[in-house]
Amino acid sequence: MSIKQISIFLENRLGRLNEVVSILAKNKINIRALSLADKADYGILRLIVNDRNKAIKVLKKNNFTVDQTDVISAEVEDKPGGLAKILGYLVENGISVEYIYAFVEKSNKKAVVVFKTEDIKKAEKVLKKNKVKLLKESDIKKI
Amino acid sequence: MKFIKKPLLKEKLKKLFEKYSLIDKKIFHDKILKMEYFQKEIEKLKESKLKELQFERLKKVFNYAKEKIPFYKKLYEKAGIKNLTSLNDLKNIPFTKKNDLRDNYPFKMFACPIENVFEIHASSGTTGKLTVVGYTKNDIEVWSEVMARSLVCAGVKKGDIIHNAYGYGLFTGGLGVHYGALKLGVTVIPVSAGQTQRQLMIIQDFKSTVLTCTPSYSLYMAEEAKTMGINPKKTTIRIGILGAEPWTEGMRKKIEEEWDMIALDIYGLSEIIGPGVAMECEGKDGLHIWADHFLPEVINPDTGETLEEGEEGELVLTTLTKEALPMIRYRTGDIVKINYSECPYCKRTMPRISKIKGRIDDMLIIRGVNVFPSQIETVLTKIPEVSPYYQLVVSREKYLDKLEVRVEITEKAFSDEIKKLEELEKKIQRAIEGVIGLSVSVKLVEPKSIERSMGKAKRVIDLRKELKEEK
Repeated sequence: MSIKQISIFLENRLGRLNEVVSILAKNKINIRALSLADKADYGILRLIVNDRNKAIKVLKKNNFTVDQTDVISAEVEDKPGGLAKILGYLVENGISVEYIYAFVEKSNKKAVVVFKTEDIKKAEKVLKKNKVKLLKESDIKKI
Repeated sequence: MKFIKKPLLKEKLKKLFEKYSLIDKKIFHDKILKMEYFQKEIEKLKESKLKELQFERLKKVFNYAKEKIPFYKKLYEKAGIKNLTSLNDLKNIPFTKKNDLRDNYPFKMFACPIENVFEIHASSGTTGKLTVVGYTKNDIEVWSEVMARSLVCAGVKKGDIIHNAYGYGLFTGGLGVHYGALKLGVTVIPVSAGQTQRQLMIIQDFKSTVLTCTPSYSLYMAEEAKTMGINPKKTTIRIGILGAEPWTEGMRKKIEEEWDMIALDIYGLSEIIGPGVAMECEGKDGLHIWADHFLPEVINPDTGETLEEGEEGELVLTTLTKEALPMIRYRTGDIVKINYSECPYCKRTMPRISKIKGRIDDMLIIRGVNVFPSQIETVLTKIPEVSPYYQLVVSREKYLDKLEVRVEITEKAFSDEIKKLEELEKKIQRAIEGVIGLSVSVKLVEPKSIERSMGKAKRVIDLRKELKEEK
């Protein structure tokens, strides 16, 4: 049920982020969601895109360091307490979150969170049991 | 000397080459090639005999230099040295330095009129003025001979094809190897430095078996090969003769893995003759210095005092046979140890110098501590998550020296979590600090972002110097 996120190592240099998104644009790859974890010298750009394999191919060709990771993507009710509910399920089961970011789905105006946990399989099980809607790779392509 | 029927040997080798068609380099190397010598008698000369020969030649070159070159005449008159009575007297002779060559620019250090000088080479220093060296016909002959010895010492045989990627031109690297190959009678491709993709095409199509270039360029070639879809391991290259810059055992391991070849260190400097002053054999336990032509000593660089066998210090060389440019007690600036025992591997008796630890000029003094780039290279090549490309940036912040080590991250080590990258940085930092005893900062940079060099790699950026120069 998990989806794949791509991550890119970026040195903190002027225009480096722009290079990544320009390469994606040129290859007609759409970014669904993104987050940038930053340190003083470098950052990690995490992306959910509509065509992952193509994105990895073109970025590698341009000498970027690219990796892919399993992450969970869950729908959240777009109202106060929506996210708290989901995270609550994880805490109850002793699952900690490594990082999290969010985007809003256009079609049904629902919020979507993307996050990585220590034990992805366990997190999925817990969320499913609590009837949280998890997005699949095919869902991402449709968005 | 044992008489070898040359045509027979050639036939035999030819057959063996056909049989193995160089496909399995390992088999070819281990089973077929036996240690050989270019000049067995001299390369295995008894120590006492070698010393006799050295002293005879030293006396000659000392008198010759004094007579022909005003610089030496003045130097020795001032020092009050008239004659040499034994090899031990050597330690009383004043040193010569690179600056002496610059001060006598361009030809004032030459011992013979220019019409006897057959070839001139030069190297550019950081100061801009060229260091000029000259060769008589006989000097070129000596150079060819020591280079041929070096090639054989590295395991090069008739039938080998040398891909010579050292620069041809004023730099001695390219032509030095070239002359050695001609002398030995093996095929040499004078490809010179640059145009890496074309080089790789040549290696593939011409089926070269020996690669000669700087160690850093050999790594760059391997990297470039992969982007072209060529597996360097699958090429016919079986030996790398790498030099012109100090490199570590860790670097050797990487290069040998990348190319599936035996990587050996060659040493030389244009002031003495060029490449071929010393060469490793497959035993990889020191570089055999051709001491019948180049007399080595190791000194304490601060006091100038001669050190014992096994002690680390600056290598000082005296040319025993050079005609155009005799150099007596020349301070090379290279840090080595010397070993006078017979090589357990190839049985050569010529003294061995250790792999160059670094150049005195490259030594960084950071907060009063001496640091050689090679020490950091040794640490980095042991960490699988980073590539062997690195750069040291030294700066000064509030009167305190700061050392930043820039390392390229590899794809394998990259993680989507900052935490893991920070752990990697700490791991590198601790490993370096453990060796040099200084706090450093580690900066991970993108792969292929550190400049690749076709010749000598630039490992150090000293911003302190730039600050000084601006003032």
